[in-house]
Amino acid sequence: MMKHLFLRSFGTLCAFVALGSVSVAQAQLRVEISGVGANQIPIAIAGFANEAVAPQQITAIIKADLARSGYFRIIDTGDVMSETAPVNYGDWKARGADALVIGSVQRLADGRFDVRYKLLDTIKSSSLSALSLAAQPQYIRVSAHKIADDIYEKLIGVRGAFATRIAYITKVGKDYQLEVADADGEGRQIALRSNEPIISPAWSPDGSKVAYVSFEAKKPVVYVQDLVTMRRTVVANFKGSNSAPSWSPDGSKLAVALSRDGLTQVYVVNADGSNLRRLSNSNGIDTEPQFSADGQSIYFTSDRSGGPQIYRMSATGGDARRITFSGSYNISPRISPDGKMLAYISRRDGKFQLYVLDLSNGQEQRLSDTGKDESPSFSPNGKYLMYAAESGRRGSLAVVSVDGRVKHRLTMQNGDIREPTWGPFMK
Amino acid sequence: MRSLNILAVVLSSAVLLAACSSVKLDDKAPIAESTGTTAPAAADARSVGTVNTGSADPLNDPQGVLAKRSIYFDYDSYSVKDEFKPVVENHARYLTTHKERKILIQGNTDERGGAEYNLALGQKRAEAVRRALNLLGVPDAQVEAVSFGKEKPKALGSDEASWAENRRADLVYQ
Repeated sequence: MMKHLFLRSFGTLCAFVALGSVSVAQAQLRVEISGVGANQIPIAIAGFANEAVAPQQITAIIKADLARSGYFRIIDTGDVMSETAPVNYGDWKARGADALVIGSVQRLADGRFDVRYKLLDTIKSSSLSALSLAAQPQYIRVSAHKIADDIYEKLIGVRGAFATRIAYITKVGKDYQLEVADADGEGRQIALRSNEPIISPAWSPDGSKVAYVSFEAKKPVVYVQDLVTMRRTVVANFKGSNSAPSWSPDGSKLAVALSRDGLTQVYVVNADGSNLRRLSNSNGIDTEPQFSADGQSIYFTSDRSGGPQIYRMSATGGDARRITFSGSYNISPRISPDGKMLAYISRRDGKFQLYVLDLSNGQEQRLSDTGKDESPSFSPNGKYLMYAAESGRRGSLAVVSVDGRVKHRLTMQNGDIREPTWGPFMK
Repeated sequence: MRSLNILAVVLSSAVLLAACSSVKLDDKAPIAESTGTTAPAAADARSVGTVNTGSADPLNDPQGVLAKRSIYFDYDSYSVKDEFKPVVENHARYLTTHKERKILIQGNTDERGGAEYNLALGQKRAEAVRRALNLLGVPDAQVEAVSFGKEKPKALGSDEASWAENRRADLVYQ
């Protein structure tokens, strides 16, 4: 039948819908910081020697990353210092810096750029870390982010997430796009263009693919798209609606929400669309499945008790245990990478707001002051949550630390930006 | 002589019948089933098959009852209200007498709430209409219930009137 031919042709080739991985020049997302951590480490970042030879300015990127993290106070300095320069620790201590970053950039014969850096502790008068990274010109930004990650890890004790990417949906008029960008909103690339809605993007654990729900076939269908090859696979197009993809930690399966049996329920299917199995069985709506990081459990939204609440069941299905008890409307569960905290959206007094629940003691904390929050996503180091929030009358992305103190926003010049998903650590 | 006349009548009736087979000429013309291959008896020679031009198909009459293709729902409600039962009945009648026709029921919600949960709520609305059609004899093979959730609102405001307009299931003939 015509309809099946149509769907099959979309399933195999991306056709005219996806563009290549060539990045189309897009205005960068604007970053506005509105909250910082309780304790900030004062750090001075000297200009890297010779950095003008590189297409991107390394020190500006490192400074922006550390400032955005909320845990560093950047000490102003006009000094340029290579990693081999002599350091007067007392001088820097007197200027208020507990740590100092110095480095240099060299252009190599093969066209790559060698970035070297050192992190120094002015109080202990010693070197905390040193790195040397050689990269192609288009990956200079990544080198800068990796240095910021190293600084963050050495001083905060948690792996940095500056070298990660995010995916999200933009809507300008009737044009929808699935985009991938660096975690700082730079380097936007378009993965999918459509004039029908796209929702629920989800990164594969290895960061090479994004699953999403597209309405291009006039009904919701789950696709997986390889970002580099552009190849699309239809993972779920059963009768009725197909949505809410969530990857298993080993990347072999996806949990999805399907209405093929009448009411929306949770199923699991292989990443190539084969071997469908039903996992949930209730008289209500079961949706928004999320695998835990150890792959043993699935958290999901269910309104089996009346209003939507969050439940947990084994990844093989079976009995579900209710997790949320405050408020009458709790949706969009996201479990932290260490499995200890649950983020979700709760409706209280008509406002939809981001909350986080400590699973060990049941304590919940509201993390936002806006009223139409959606789609939370943990950073891979578990320190931050990115979510969609309304700014003015438009959609924007907000980032908050899990203790609620660090805050910043990513906004677009026009149109709405929504449905963020934070990508995994990558090499 | 007489048998020749009878033969002539039979032959010409057969030609006439072949020319006037009931092929519907509406915009998505399905091929009507043939009524059999036996030689027509004298009584059948007087039957006349109806050819419907597109404008005569009740589905395409903008003033007809089938022009109403939307069912509206109250807030937090997922059952078909009495005032919309006639809409369901009219389409059920059409679908049971036009078995080659298929419809998509697209459920929608207002903008409040999460995207995925609202997709499931919109699905409940589409399902309610599908079950109502089922009960009136329309088989599943002719119906697919899907949801747009809150993603394709018809009314773009954030007020009661816009929200009411968007809590809706639409019947879309394929």
